[in-house]
Amino acid sequence: MQDDWQNAGFGLYIHWPFCSAKCPYCDFNSYVADHIDEDRWVRAYIREIERIASQTSDRILKSVFFGGGTPSLMSENAVGAILEAVGKNWRFTNDIEITLEANPTSVEASRFEGYRAAGVNRVSLGIQALNDPDLKRLGRLHSVAEGLAALEIAKKTFERTSFDLIYSRQDQTLADWETELRVALDLAGDHLSMYQLTIEPNTAFGDRYKAGKLKGLPSEDAEADMYFRTQELCADRGLCSYEVSNFAQKGAESRHNLIYWRYGDYAGIGPGAHGRLTLGGHRFATETELSPMGWLTKVEKNGSGEVARSSLSKQEQGTEFLLMGLRLAEGVSLDRYSHLTGSAISPSVIENLSELGMVRLENGILQVSEKGRPLINAILRDLLADQ
Amino acid sequence: MSTDLSHIRNFSIVAHIDHGKSTLADRLIQETGTVQDRDMKAQLLDSMDIERERGITIKANTVRIDYTANNGQDYVLNLIDTPGHVDFAYEVSRSMRAVEGSLLVVDSTQGVEAQTLANVYQAIDADHELVPILNKIDLPASDLDRVAEQIEDVIGIDASGAIPVSAKTGQGIRETLEAIVEHLPAPTGDADAPLKAMLVDSWYDAYLGVIVLVRIIDGKLKKGDKIKFLSNGTVHPVDRIGVFRPEMAVIDELGPGEIGFLTASIKQVRDTRVGDTITHDKKEVEALPGFKPAQPVVFCGLFPVDNAEFEDLRDAIEKLALNDASFSYEMETSAALGFGFRCGFLGLLHLEVIRDRIEREYNIELITTAPSVIYHIYMRDGEMLELHNPADMPDLTLVDHLEEPRIKATILVPDEYLGDVLKLCQDRRGIQEDLTYAGSRAMVVYDLPLNEVVFDFYDRLKSVTKGYASFDYQMIGYREDRLVKMSILVNEEPVDALSTMVHFDRAEQRGRAMVEKLKDLIPRHMFKIPIQAAIGGRVIARETLSAMRKDVTAKCYGGDATRKKKLLEKQKAGKKKMRQFGKVDIPQEAFISALKMDG
Repeated sequence: MQDDWQNAGFGLYIHWPFCSAKCPYCDFNSYVADHIDEDRWVRAYIREIERIASQTSDRILKSVFFGGGTPSLMSENAVGAILEAVGKNWRFTNDIEITLEANPTSVEASRFEGYRAAGVNRVSLGIQALNDPDLKRLGRLHSVAEGLAALEIAKKTFERTSFDLIYSRQDQTLADWETELRVALDLAGDHLSMYQLTIEPNTAFGDRYKAGKLKGLPSEDAEADMYFRTQELCADRGLCSYEVSNFAQKGAESRHNLIYWRYGDYAGIGPGAHGRLTLGGHRFATETELSPMGWLTKVEKNGSGEVARSSLSKQEQGTEFLLMGLRLAEGVSLDRYSHLTGSAISPSVIENLSELGMVRLENGILQVSEKGRPLINAILRDLLADQ
Repeated sequence: MSTDLSHIRNFSIVAHIDHGKSTLADRLIQETGTVQDRDMKAQLLDSMDIERERGITIKANTVRIDYTANNGQDYVLNLIDTPGHVDFAYEVSRSMRAVEGSLLVVDSTQGVEAQTLANVYQAIDADHELVPILNKIDLPASDLDRVAEQIEDVIGIDASGAIPVSAKTGQGIRETLEAIVEHLPAPTGDADAPLKAMLVDSWYDAYLGVIVLVRIIDGKLKKGDKIKFLSNGTVHPVDRIGVFRPEMAVIDELGPGEIGFLTASIKQVRDTRVGDTITHDKKEVEALPGFKPAQPVVFCGLFPVDNAEFEDLRDAIEKLALNDASFSYEMETSAALGFGFRCGFLGLLHLEVIRDRIEREYNIELITTAPSVIYHIYMRDGEMLELHNPADMPDLTLVDHLEEPRIKATILVPDEYLGDVLKLCQDRRGIQEDLTYAGSRAMVVYDLPLNEVVFDFYDRLKSVTKGYASFDYQMIGYREDRLVKMSILVNEEPVDALSTMVHFDRAEQRGRAMVEKLKDLIPRHMFKIPIQAAIGGRVIARETLSAMRKDVTAKCYGGDATRKKKLLEKQKAGKKKMRQFGKVDIPQEAFISALKMDG
């Protein structure tokens, strides 16, 4: 019998925790440091790769993703050395996807060629906004012009290029966003990520919001209107909304992220990285040391940056499976849910949600409808109410 | 050996809440060395957590103080500390019957308040000698002359001998003790007559069973005596006799004029009737007049948030009722809230105290439904029904008319707030009966429906007068009025726990206020929800809660799964705490908050 993760495959996530500046909306595990001993870091990543690979050596790797932080601050050689170690430790699928998140500044764009040579075949650029005042408010260090120049270089350099935008910004109207979105769609290749601005606690925006000083955020209704308009305009250009905030032409979806959403296995290395690994019939949630220096010294001293490895119960796996899977337009298999949990979601709950037009159930596949998309959290609360 | 009658003084303390009654009691106890300094804690007599926390006295408490007076003689002073709040007025009234005099404590920075008045009249009713005490003289705002004059004007007693005291610094405490000896009468009684004792109070102790507080009128009570309760003729062998210092101290016998406790293997507080007369078995004495038993006047439903805790709630309520005969309960089923209890209380404070104790001492989270009073329903066939719960309102075609309980409310307020107080009373269907002035303070007397007072009247009064008004009330009987049952429908389904009785003329206004409140209290759902108030089949107010439009996490990748899962678990737990009506989840606080009136 095959393990559940094999429905989605296996990927590797590498977290580079450093940034040139901390953006006010960002709650990721990222830090600004003056001096980084890159060679020392690369040695630590390689030790972690070897450690994880010793537990998963028989697997075929589908994807590698450099996230952060700002991995485009790494030198080409560092990325090359890490990918070389990855290649030594796992077999790859023929179409392995190797993505690196990059900031669109001229300095970072100058390294694109080197990244490609090292094996990176996809970049995801943090363009975030297409007007300079908003970029400033979002704490970004690049201008629109710089961003577009980097995008040009990326498109020429890599097989696949995607970029990120943040919308529902302060003082942004539906009309403003629509104009900006049309420009973005003209620039876009076959993949685009668009996130509604979320105010997270313990961020600069979060603090300002708590103090009542973050003004001009759109209302829930305005956000919903922008969300639906985004879906429509993307669909017109043939970009399918394959996930809540991600749009792609058929076949151009992020294979790495699909592993998460389809609830596959992934190894997470680097400070504060999470993983899901099925070993000996148990699915484990792994976590590494959060602080960069703490992680580095742990790896050097103990040969492992891991600080937690807990076996997930059937019910927890079921929750994660739905939580991730229902974000995808393709939906989830209820059979797979039953196999995971040994129980079924209440048919009457599904029926109620269907009547409200929130979900569809066909041939054992449960999908959240377009109408239900912006209400997934509420739908999940209902579906999991008795679990 | 019991003490000679001439060397006994029995007294209570009459005061408004916060005027320093418990602190004064503490000082008297400390000054006489009844409690060693190292054992001293504030509000010594208030033993319940809730009493200490809220700074109130709920149960009457007793302490026996040995005092050597300036004349060199030893006296026994028995203090019964009584509750100040109107809800516990019955405790005050019976405690007063057990003593001969009272200290009338008035805060010299504040003056006479409504509660002072109510309690002082009870003391006068019980033929008490009164010693006025002007407390808090250490504060700069203290105004002895003005307050003494007020005591004479408002209460009508001589305040020339009033003792200036600071319970805080201890100033005047000695003088107070002397005044008790000199001005309060010694009890009378006959040590050789057959035993005659008054059952002042009783409560349950986990180790000793029921403890009975008694005041000996005639005769002597000893350990091993067989005693008889006159009301029901039951006989119990006394296994322990003692006094409070304020800890229990066992003694050999109690004589006439003395106050103390006995235990006699009595299982339930309900087996003892407060005000009963106690004598020896096979002896006949004339019964004491007895007290009027306390009647619950405010009712509400208590339901466990978690339905699985119903049996725990039953257990908690039964245990509390063992110790509080004034609290009544019966099982109630609500379509909305499941199984629970309809409980009767002496007033809102009593309700809050019991609810707090269940939540705190028994660790059961509760949903409390809107408080209601007892309506008298006169049916067409001449029968009279008592309605404790609006949900039980019979078919209107069978009803001839309804009567509701009314109260006489006395409010003392600085005249600058008088206008607001009058408006509040008018808004609550009050009829003004009296309006007089004592200096710059007005005293208003209103005839009000209890129904309009039980809920948030006191909160509103405090808020419109910035806390300067004081309030007291007494029940005056039933009167007919045009009352109707107002139902609330959420998503077209009636929610029984939100039904209320309202006056016909106010129904629309109340209905509108309630549906507006509910619109804010109920979270948005995936569909729009009509919220309606109706009388019979007629909708009198309606609001629509619009559908939720956005609730989705923008970013959710591999590193977010753990956090989002935890968040979802938390939200699920929150949803579990709500009550489901059809497809709508209603948060528990809505059942009370929806009824609060802002105006």
